Amino acid sequence: MAAVQWRSRGRNYEAELQRCRPEVALVEFGDYHPLKPIMVTDTKTRHGARKGSTSSSSSSSSSVPPDPLSSMLDGTDPLSMFAAASASETPAISRSASAGDLGRKRKEKEEEAVGADFEPWSSKRGEILARFTTTEKLSINLFMGSDRGKAPSPGSSAVSEKVRTRLEELDDLEEGSQRELLNLSQQDYANRIEELNQSLKEAWASDQKVKALKIVIQCSKLLSDTSVIQFYPSKFVLITDILDTFGQLVYDRIWSMCSDPRPLPDSFTVDDVNDTAKETCLNWFFKIASIRELLPRLYVEAAILKCNRFLNKSGIQETLPRLTAMIKGIGDPLVAAYTRAYLCRVGVEVAPHLKDSLNQNFFDLLGTFRQIGGESVRKQLALQRVEAPEYLTLYSPAISWILQCIAYRAPEPLLTEMMERCKKLGNNALLLNSVMRAFRPEFVADRATDFIGMIKDCDEAGFPKHLLFGSLGRSLACADPPESERLTILNEAWKVITKVRSPRDYVNCAEIWVEFTCRHFTKREVNTILADIIKHMTPDRAFEDAYSQLQSVIRKILTYFHDFSVLFSMERFLPFLDMFQKDSVRVEVCRSIMEIFIKHQLDLTRDPVILNAMLHICKTMHDSVNALTLEDERRSLALLIIGFIRMVSFGRDFEQQLSFCVEARATFCNLEPVLVQLIHTVNQLAMETRRVMRGSHSRKTAAFVRACAAYSFITIPSLSSIFSRLSLYLLSGQVALANQCLSQADAFLKAAVSILPEVPRSISVEGKLRSSESFLLDFTNNFLAMLLVVPDHPEHGVLYLVRGLLNMVQDYTWEDNSDAKVRVYVSALPLLAAMGQETYVYSVPKVDSNETLYGGDPKFLSEINKLCETLIGQILDHLKVLGRDEGTRRQGALAFSLFGVLLAHGDLRNNKLSQLAVNLWNLSHKHGHCEPRVSVRTLEFVKHQAQQPDMSHLSDTVQRLTLQSRT
Amino acid sequence: MSVTLDIRLKRANKVYREGEAVAGVIVLACKEPLQHHGISLSMEGVVNLQLSSKSVGVFEAFYNSVKPIQLISSNIEVAKAGKIPGGKTEIPFEFPLHTKGNKVLYETYHGVFVNIQYSLRCDMRRSLLAKDLSRNCEFIVHCQPQKAKVAPTPVNFTITPDTLENTRERSLLPKFLIRGHLDATHCVISQPLTGEVVLENSDVPIKSIELQLVRVETCGCAEGYARDATEIQNIQIAEGDVCHGLSIPIYMVFPRLFTCPTLETTNFKVEFEVNVVIVLHDDHLITENFPLKLCRV
Repeated sequence: MAAVQWRSRGRNYEAELQRCRPEVALVEFGDYHPLKPIMVTDTKTRHGARKGSTSSSSSSSSSVPPDPLSSMLDGTDPLSMFAAASASETPAISRSASAGDLGRKRKEKEEEAVGADFEPWSSKRGEILARFTTTEKLSINLFMGSDRGKAPSPGSSAVSEKVRTRLEELDDLEEGSQRELLNLSQQDYANRIEELNQSLKEAWASDQKVKALKIVIQCSKLLSDTSVIQFYPSKFVLITDILDTFGQLVYDRIWSMCSDPRPLPDSFTVDDVNDTAKETCLNWFFKIASIRELLPRLYVEAAILKCNRFLNKSGIQETLPRLTAMIKGIGDPLVAAYTRAYLCRVGVEVAPHLKDSLNQNFFDLLGTFRQIGGESVRKQLALQRVEAPEYLTLYSPAISWILQCIAYRAPEPLLTEMMERCKKLGNNALLLNSVMRAFRPEFVADRATDFIGMIKDCDEAGFPKHLLFGSLGRSLACADPPESERLTILNEAWKVITKVRSPRDYVNCAEIWVEFTCRHFTKREVNTILADIIKHMTPDRAFEDAYSQLQSVIRKILTYFHDFSVLFSMERFLPFLDMFQKDSVRVEVCRSIMEIFIKHQLDLTRDPVILNAMLHICKTMHDSVNALTLEDERRSLALLIIGFIRMVSFGRDFEQQLSFCVEARATFCNLEPVLVQLIHTVNQLAMETRRVMRGSHSRKTAAFVRACAAYSFITIPSLSSIFSRLSLYLLSGQVALANQCLSQADAFLKAAVSILPEVPRSISVEGKLRSSESFLLDFTNNFLAMLLVVPDHPEHGVLYLVRGLLNMVQDYTWEDNSDAKVRVYVSALPLLAAMGQETYVYSVPKVDSNETLYGGDPKFLSEINKLCETLIGQILDHLKVLGRDEGTRRQGALAFSLFGVLLAHGDLRNNKLSQLAVNLWNLSHKHGHCEPRVSVRTLEFVKHQAQQPDMSHLSDTVQRLTLQSRT
Repeated sequence: MSVTLDIRLKRANKVYREGEAVAGVIVLACKEPLQHHGISLSMEGVVNLQLSSKSVGVFEAFYNSVKPIQLISSNIEVAKAGKIPGGKTEIPFEFPLHTKGNKVLYETYHGVFVNIQYSLRCDMRRSLLAKDLSRNCEFIVHCQPQKAKVAPTPVNFTITPDTLENTRERSLLPKFLIRGHLDATHCVISQPLTGEVVLENSDVPIKSIELQLVRVETCGCAEGYARDATEIQNIQIAEGDVCHGLSIPIYMVFPRLFTCPTLETTNFKVEFEVNVVIVLHDDHLITENFPLKLCRV
C-alpha cells in the first residue's frame, strides 16, 4: 500500500469553542433548578391517565419528592416490622416452651422496674468471676438422699482416689448416692456446677420435682464450705445462678397453674390464684421449712421468695425480715455476708420498695463485724495460708452489693446515717471502701474531705489504704467535689499514693487519680503526677507489668487535653511514653495519640514543640513497621502519619517547610504512602510559591522551586509502585514546567519514558491480579496531552520526547493479541495534528512551546507529517493482520476509531486522505460489528460539519459514506 | 380394655372438719362402655396403734388396747350393677362428717406408734373375668377449734454448766452461758414456734444450734402403757461459731400430718416436745427440753 500523505486540518480553536458553546439562556430565578423540589401544580387531567404512578405526580400541591428508598417500603421498614411482630408475639408463646428463657426475659423486665440506673447483678457477675480465681484444687461433695450420708468406709481408701472418682461418676444423682469430686480445677468446677444446673432443668422437665429440690439443696450446701476461700465469691456466683434457675422454675410452674383459662396479669393479687396453685405453693414452703440445715433452708427459701405473692399479700414483707434475722445464725462471717447479699439481691428484685430489711441486713452485718478479726477466722486463714488483706477483699463484692441496694435512690439523710454508723465502728477500712464504691459519686464527692480524714484515721486492719484511695478516686472521677477543696484533696490523696510500695498497687491507684487531676487541674499538676508515676515505675522495669494501666493514663490525659502544644509542653509526657517499651504497646499508644491529634488539631501548626514530639511519635510508629507487618496495618499507620504531615505548615517560610519534608522523608522512608504524600506536599509548595510570586519567579524563588523539583526527582525512584512513580513523574514534570524549570521538566518526562518498559504486564489491584494495559493506556494518553506544551530540547532532535515515547511503546512487550500499541498510535495522531497548528490549544504561561520555537517552520511540519504517515502505516498494517486472523470485530472498532481521528484532525480536502477515510468507514462496517446508532450519529455529525464554512468538501465524503443495514 | 377409677375431692387441700360434708366426684374413664356389678364408696376413720418392738413382750396382756379404733365408717352404693358408657363419667358424692354416739373425730396424724387416718375407698365389682377395681383416697380432718384461748406466756431459759443434769463430769465441761426464750410453749399448730437464743459467751467454739421436734406417743391404759419419744424433725438454727451476744431467732414451722393438737384419750396419748440442742465443737451435746402443748384455733 502506498504511503498515505498526511495533512493536518487547520484549526481555529477560538472559533470552534465559540460554536460549541451553547447559547446562554437566562434562567429565571425560581423557575427551574435541578435541585429544586419537584413542584407539580396542574396534574388533575394527566392524573386520570397515569393512576398515581409516582407520588410526586399524584400530589396536586407542592411537595418534596420522598426519598425513593423510603417510599418503596411503605411506611415501616421490614426489619422494624419483624421486631414489632415478635414483640407482640411474645406473650402468645406458650409458657411451657422454655421456662429459663422466659424467666430471663421476665427478669429483665423486673430489673427495669428498679430503674435503668441501677447496676444489675448480671454486670457484677462477670466481674466477680474474673476477679476471684484460684489455682488451688477444689472439690464438690454432694450427698443425695439422706442427710447422714454413709461415712467413707475405711476400705475405700485402698482404692485410689482417681478410680473412686470415676466410679462415682458412673452413679447418677440417684437417691442415696454420694458424689465427691476431688481435684477439680477452677474451670472444671464451673463446668460441674453448670452440669448440675442442666440436670436441675432436666429433672424439672421430667417432673422429678423432689430430685430438683435435692440438687438445689446440695448446691446451696456447698456454700457453707469455705475451703479454698479465695474462690468463694466466684463459687457464690455460680451457685446462686442455680438458685435463680430454681426460683424461676417454681414460680413459672405455679404461675402456669393459674393461667387457665387466661394467663395471670403481671399485677395479679392473691384472689386471682386458684386453690390448687395455692396448695402447691404452700407445699413448697412446708417442704423447704423442714430442710435440716440452716444455709440451704435460707437460700432455697430466698430463691422462691417471689412465690409468696401467690399466697398472701404481706408474705414477702414478713418473710424478708425473718430471713434477715435467721442469717444471724450463720457463724462464718464471710458466708453470712454473702447470704445477706443474696437476700438483698432477691429482695430488690422481688420487692424493690421494701428498703427496711436491706438496712437491717447492713446493720446486722455491722453488728457481726468484730467476728472478722476473731479467733476462728484467724485460724482458718492460717490453715489456708491466706493473708488478711486478701481475705478482706473477698468481702467487698458482697458488701458493695448490699450498699448499692441501700444507696439506690436513697434519701441523703439515710446515707449520712449509714456513714455515721460506719464511723462508729472504728472506721473500718473495708466498710469505708464499700461505702465509697456503693454510694452515689456526688454524695462521696461532696464529702471528699471527710472521707480523706476517715481514710487517714481508719485502722488499716489489713485492708490496704491504696484501695481506699482508689475507690475514692473512682467516685471523684465521676462527680466533682467542691471547688475550694480540690487541691487539698489531690495533695492529701497523692501523699498516700506516692508512699505505696508495690508498683502494681501504686499504678492501679495512680491510674484512677489521673482522671481527677486531668479534670480539674492544669498541665503543671498532671506533669507532676506523670513524673511521680515515672519515678515509681522505672525501678526494676516495673512498667512492664503495668502497660494496660499506663495506657489508660495516656487515654485519660488525651480525653482532657486536646491542645497539643500544652500536652507536649509537659516535660514528663515524652519520658512517660518512653516507658512503653514493648513494641506493640508503644505503637498502640502512639496510634491513640495520633488519632486524637488528627481529630482535634484543627489548625495548621508550626509549633516546634508539637512538631518535635509528633515526629518522635510518628517515627516510633514508622519504626515498628517490618517485613511481618500486615498490609492493613501499614496502611493505617501511613494514614495517621499523613494526617500529621498535612497539619504541618510553616506559612510563608517555604524553605523551612521543604527542609521539614526532607527530614520527614528521611524519617518515614519505609512507608510509601507517606513518601507520596511528601512529594505532593513539595509539589504543592512549588505551586504555592508560584502563586505568591504571581507566576514570575525571582532568582531566589526560582532556585527554591528547582530545589523542590530536585526533591521530587530524587524521591520518586524510591517508590516501588510503578504507576505511582509514573504519575508522580508526570505530575512533578507539570509542576516543574509551570514553574519554568524546563530542564527539570524534561528530566522528569524523560525519566517517565525511560521506566515505561519496566511496567509489568499485570499488577495487583486490591489483592487481585489485573492486566496493567488499561492503566498504561490511560497514562500514555495523559502523557501525550502533556507533551503538547513541552518545548523541544535544543540539543536533541525535533519531537524528541514524542519519538522517545513512541519508540518505547513500540518496544514494549504488549500482551499477545492486544491492540493497545495501535491504540497508542491512534491517540498520538491528534497530538501530532495539534502540534502542527499555528496556535496551540493550550499553553503554559511564561513557557514557550514549540509553536513559538518553530513558528510554523515547514521543516517542522513535514517532520510531523512524516511521523503521522509512519503511524498510519503501522496502524493500517495492523488492520490488515487483524483481517487475516479472526479479528474482524477488533478490526472494525479500530478502523472506526482511526476514521474518527481522520475526520477530526485530518485535512479531508486531500483526496487520498478522504479516500482513506471512506475505506476505513467501509472496513468498519464490513462485518456488521458496528453499532448502527453510533454510525448514524457520526453521519449526522459529518453532515453538520459540512455546513460549516471551509468544510464544504465534507459533503462529498458524506455522499460516499453509506450506511449498511443489518438485514 | 383399660379403665381408670379416681376419686377427686372438691377441696384442693383435702381438709375437712367435723360436721362438714366431704364432697367430690368419682371419675371413671374408659374407652368403651363398661359392664360392672356395682360401685360402692366407703368412708372410714381409724386410729392404728402399734407397740414398739421393745414393748411388745411386756404388754402382751393389753393386747386389746392395740386393736384399731374405728372413729367413723359409712358406706354407700354409688351405682347398681349395670353399664357405664364409654368416655369420662363423673359421679358426684357427698358424705357428712358426723360421728356416731360420743365418739370424737381426732385430727389426722401420722406418727410412728399412733396413726390417725381418714380415707375414702371406692370399689367397682366386676364379672369373674375382669378384676375388681378399687381406689383409695386419704383426706385430712382438722378438729374443731378449741375454745379455750390462751395468752402466750414466754418461757425463759438459761443454760450453763451448772444447770445441766445428767452429766458425769461436770468439771470437765467448758464454761458457757446461753440464754433465750420461747415465745410460748402453748402453741397454735398453724403458727410457727418462735423465740430466740443468745450465746452470751462460751470458752469453746460451738458447732451448731438445733431445734429438735419430738413426738411422745403413749399407748395403753391405766393398767400399763408404752411411752415412746421419737424425733419428727431437726432444724438447724445456727451453724458454726456464731457471734456472741447476738440474738438468734428460733423459728420452726410445725410440719403438717406429723403434728396434731396434743391429744389425750383413754387408750393413747400424743404429745410433743421441743429440744434446744447445742452442739459443741467436739460433738458434745447440750440439750434443753420443753414440753409443748399444741392446739388449733
